[in-house]
Amino acid sequence: MSVISHNETKNGPKKAEEKPSLYASHIKVYPQRIAGTFRRIKWLTLYTLLGLYYLVPWIRWDRGPGAPSQAVLIDMPARRAYFFGIEIWPQEVYYLAGILILGAIGLFLATGLAGRVWCGFTCPQTVWTDLFMWVERKIEGSRNKRMKLDAGPLTLEKAAKKISKHAAWIVISIITGGAWIFYYGDAPTMLKEMLTGQASQTVYGFLFLFTATTYLLAGWAREQVCTYMCPWPRFQSAMFDEDTLIVTYEAWRGEPRGKAKTDDKIGDCVDCNLCQNVCPTGVDIRKGSQLECIGCALCIDACNSVMTKLNRPLNLITYDSISNQNARQEGKPERIRLIRPRTVAYMALLTIVGGIMAYGLLERPRVEVNIQRDRSPLFVTLSNGDIRNGYTFKILNMLRRERTFNLTTEYVDNATMTVIGINGRDRKNVTLKVGPDTVGTYRVFVKAPPQSLKAESQNLEFVLRETGAQSHVEVDSTTKFYGPKK
Amino acid sequence: MANVEKDAITGTETTGHEWDGIKELNTPLPKWWLYTFYACILFAIGYWILYPSWPTLHGHWQGLLHYTSRGAFAQDQLKQKAERSVWTDKISSKTVDEIAADPELLNYSIAAGHSIFANNCAPCHGTNGSGNKNFPILADDDWLWGGTLDAIYTTVQYGIRAKNDNTRSDSMPNFGTDEILTPTEINDAAEYVLSLSGKQTDPAAAKKGETVFADNCAACHGDKGQGTHELGAPRLSDGIWLYSGAKSAIVSQITHPKLGVMPAWTGRLSNVEIKEAAVYVHSLGGGQ
Ligand code: SF4
Ligand code: SF4
Repeated sequence: MSVISHNETKNGPKKAEEKPSLYASHIKVYPQRIAGTFRRIKWLTLYTLLGLYYLVPWIRWDRGPGAPSQAVLIDMPARRAYFFGIEIWPQEVYYLAGILILGAIGLFLATGLAGRVWCGFTCPQTVWTDLFMWVERKIEGSRNKRMKLDAGPLTLEKAAKKISKHAAWIVISIITGGAWIFYYGDAPTMLKEMLTGQASQTVYGFLFLFTATTYLLAGWAREQVCTYMCPWPRFQSAMFDEDTLIVTYEAWRGEPRGKAKTDDKIGDCVDCNLCQNVCPTGVDIRKGSQLECIGCALCIDACNSVMTKLNRPLNLITYDSISNQNARQEGKPERIRLIRPRTVAYMALLTIVGGIMAYGLLERPRVEVNIQRDRSPLFVTLSNGDIRNGYTFKILNMLRRERTFNLTTEYVDNATMTVIGINGRDRKNVTLKVGPDTVGTYRVFVKAPPQSLKAESQNLEFVLRETGAQSHVEVDSTTKFYGPKK
Repeated sequence: MANVEKDAITGTETTGHEWDGIKELNTPLPKWWLYTFYACILFAIGYWILYPSWPTLHGHWQGLLHYTSRGAFAQDQLKQKAERSVWTDKISSKTVDEIAADPELLNYSIAAGHSIFANNCAPCHGTNGSGNKNFPILADDDWLWGGTLDAIYTTVQYGIRAKNDNTRSDSMPNFGTDEILTPTEINDAAEYVLSLSGKQTDPAAAKKGETVFADNCAACHGDKGQGTHELGAPRLSDGIWLYSGAKSAIVSQITHPKLGVMPAWTGRLSNVEIKEAAVYVHSLGGGQ
């Protein structure tokens, strides 16, 4: 319903003689500039988010010699991710999954509380589109000037304005695309390489890709990303309930609309259309909650400016919940319910997942063991009848110092180990050294006399203990020990 | 399209389709969608021209870029070779023992040797040296020609009874078919051999066999059957048998021995690859 009426206001009802068109042209939205509380908040978030995005790769973080000194870095070739003091190995990529889960729950919570605040204030699409519109306004002028410019013939002035606008957009896009790449390499080196033409084809390829997507999405696609491409508006209504604060038009107060307050039956809305003119997605909020509305609250600023001028009560368009609006309409006391089963559930989930992640991060032993049992041969009978199994033993040392470990086995009686590359055979315990921030790979053979085997397959436990005073890390890992059929 | 029906509420034409009283509006597709579709068609045509595509009367259209996945693969291989030279140069200048003593080179060689082994050696010796009928297991501690790194390196280089001047070659007389021993003597010798590894035997025959063994076999296999690596003479006193430890198999081996062969890998594999394979094989069971 809303979509159809949206079309109707733009096109007007089609005349019967008109040939039916199979393809509809896009209706351009010309948002008008508006000042107000929410616009100020939007500027602030824009400064903060863009500032963070462009500057964070330049923060240095001393990690000692041989290690990258960039605070936030995803080092693909070395397979490490750094976030200030935290270092993530590929094996710990579940932290990324955890962050995504936290992000999702956080988004659910914010949406449950205050509607599409993410869309309206912090979504990258919104933020960059806002920046691009600011540039557009600086170069082409106000909403009326822009509309006139687009409707008018191609003059030298129009060409100059259009070219400078797109040039400015492309410059911003290049800076945006470039900043993305800085997150994947040492920023100063990358910048130098990119400027001197020495960066790899991959770097230029991605630079082009990110520049092009920024330019197209923020410059051309704009609100169409939100209405056609983004999946989030399609199901965010599942996070809403009647207590969610959303941008609403208080129809009971505004309707019927009218120009002048000549008789008392006319509502507060003067039908000035300002709320629709400022809307970045071209929505008329007076028709109710709509898919295209990104909840940016600029229409609130717009209507409040009108109400101020007319000396009428503010907040004809406002953040309000359906139940609150009903209560107000009926003159009942207002009531904002932030604590609801839904929000409590989201907050509980947020706390639990966040807690698990924080605990995991703090308690990381910074050493992990991977054991691969040889599958072929499953076991070998030695000349004296002993049974031997082979294992590939990997120790992931995630600290920046060399560490020494002591390896022993349990569960299989009289088992002894021989480690390739380490002197001394058939030992009860072996000392293994692993260099700083590396994976130590060892071939370990475990040998046991046939009498020790209780079954064809039985458990064998490797116990790895860090030696030295600094740490008491111990990792136990259970695997299998195979022998001939009993 | 003369009398298109129009929906009263929206003013939009209907398609004329109706289901249970609900009519379908003719809502146009957006223009950008149409242009994206055209762009895809153009892209496809460009792709046909630039890349190999259509069959022609003589082979197929090569594409203006002359791209082939085989060519790209060859280039990748060259690049990989250059990247690996950091390691392969070191390996080529070091002995196998020196390689095994350097943890980094050792790990690299085991990884490289693994794939060389899988491609060249596994058909006979089994994946990871697990052995096959009549082909020795390389993962145990019993070695015909010695299990030191150097001995393995030599064996891989020159093979066994291969077409190579340095090949390892042992021989065992055809005691039966050349009528050096009588069937009874062979039987007794077999009984004695069984006793060497502690198996059930006929003590009387084994006693007689001991003399036969001392006169004919001990020169190579040692007086206690302990074997001689230099001659490739297997140890007979353990539980590991290349051609089965059943008595019939032992008799048959004395009468008309099977003699295994292995190709010389020099010339087929580079010296670096042979070293890597030797280090890998040594790591399978720790060698000797
Ligand atoms: S209707 Fe209001 S809140 Fe919604 S997108 Fe438009 S201006 Fe923003
Ligand atoms: S800005 Fe306010 S007064 Fe003007 S049309 Fe919108 S709701 Fe009505």
